[in-house]
Amino acid sequence: MAKLILTLDGVVLKEYALTKERTTIGRKAHNDVQIDNLAVSGEHAAIVTILNDSFLEDLGSTNGTLVNGQPIKKHFLQNGDVIEIGKYKVKYMNEQTTGTTAADFEKTMVLRSTPRPAEARIGDTQTGTRTDVRRPYTDTQINARATSSHPIPPPSQSLPGAVTSTVASIPGTGTGTLQGVIQILSGPNAGRELALAKALTTLGKPGVQVAVIAKRPQGFFITHVEGANYPIVNGKTLDAQAHLLSDHDIIELAGVKMEFFFKPAA
Amino acid sequence: MDLAKSLEFASATHTGMVRSHNEDAISTDSSIGLAVLADGMGGYNAGEVASGIAVALITSEMRQAITKTGLHSLGQEDGDAQTVRLLKGIVAKTNTSIFESANSQPQYAGMGTTLVVALFRDNRISVAHIGDSRLYRLRNEKLDQITRDHSLLQEQIDSGMLSKEAARRSQNKNLVTRALGIEPEVEAEIHTYDVEPGDIFLLCSDGLNDMVEDEDIELTLNAMGSNLPLAANQLVQMANDNGGRDNVSVVLVKVNRDFPAADTWLSRVLSWFK
Repeated sequence: MAKLILTLDGVVLKEYALTKERTTIGRKAHNDVQIDNLAVSGEHAAIVTILNDSFLEDLGSTNGTLVNGQPIKKHFLQNGDVIEIGKYKVKYMNEQTTGTTAADFEKTMVLRSTPRPAEARIGDTQTGTRTDVRRPYTDTQINARATSSHPIPPPSQSLPGAVTSTVASIPGTGTGTLQGVIQILSGPNAGRELALAKALTTLGKPGVQVAVIAKRPQGFFITHVEGANYPIVNGKTLDAQAHLLSDHDIIELAGVKMEFFFKPAA
Repeated sequence: MDLAKSLEFASATHTGMVRSHNEDAISTDSSIGLAVLADGMGGYNAGEVASGIAVALITSEMRQAITKTGLHSLGQEDGDAQTVRLLKGIVAKTNTSIFESANSQPQYAGMGTTLVVALFRDNRISVAHIGDSRLYRLRNEKLDQITRDHSLLQEQIDSGMLSKEAARRSQNKNLVTRALGIEPEVEAEIHTYDVEPGDIFLLCSDGLNDMVEDEDIELTLNAMGSNLPLAANQLVQMANDNGGRDNVSVVLVKVNRDFPAADTWLSRVLSWFK
């Protein structure tokens, strides 16, 4: 259960559990979190909670709402976020993040919603549409709903490919402070260096001989992908198994020699 | 006709690093161009039972029906319509079967499963899905998600409440809004798409896409597409290297060349009259 901790000048004034779908913050008495200060608007902000996620929205307040120092209109709250309203600070705590039962939460569950008009999506919770969440297999009772009228969305051609430009890095890699690098030793590209920054780096010529080096928590592994010949490491021909590379290993691939080594990450 | 000449299949499934059971189930039949993947849910081993029933029943029913109807010899319009009808009917039957097992045997109460079924026919793919198991397509080195999850998160994304980036930080993962076997009736979402030689299709359970970024999936298929079994194992390994918090299953289908509906004497006769 997420909660809010209201503080003023570092002194905790009160804690609020986010039990309601909509929790309001403001100066007037009807607010769930009332802050009686003139810098705070009558209806200042609201927090909409859907299961384990909470969203903060500024309700057009006079002096605005900050989260972690940045002014916001709408914000998807993360554990530890600090909301600033006037001189007051409200810390958002969502213990799920640190909970030891994280694995339990990741079990796929079925969410069934009460029949609702086609227009009303979850996003409309602010206007009072309710969602009914059940965990059917723990409750065991399955009650048939008269209709299962989920509108079929149009075929999705949209890409998830909002690919961020960050290089895929493996967190907590054992080689964290060291970067794997390949230096070409022979052939036209001799002298060139290739940083093994991505999860996979392809080497060789497609159709002739290809190998990949996979960056894993345990280190860098070279694996044969295609071609009649397998890569040679330190004079020994590999088999189909992935091979863990050591510092200064010499790799021969499609007639080109290259050296693998570690170097301190930039 | 035998689609195995045009299509190459590879698959891998793993319990992951945290769970004790693998509740995912997969099945492929290259001769009829079929791939099925299900991610079961429910207490004890009920999840495995649900996904197991789904995969076994759908595979056997599809085999029978395809032979009976000569589906792979039918022309485009008739064949596509038949395919959708077939998928609908078989998914409905499977739903009933799981639902009834769940209701008749207390230890299976409440079990259910997600599902993604891909049938390749006449240079096209028909996909039926329920829940958050996905179909992706790699074409021209670019990965596209073809299915859209039936999940709370997807609904929030659709309604503009969450961006895709924010969704990755949501605590509400793994809440599906549709599943097989939970209610007496369920509607599978079915679509048909054109297929091009060189395409690689990926069916996966959320254990893959929750643990591995789309860009790394794309990277893997591009780097290892020429060695499909290796690519399948690499995907599973990446999910596990990143924490492997869920069962992870992948089915890869590579289109090596086109596969038009078989040229039967009947279709030839018909084409004379056109």
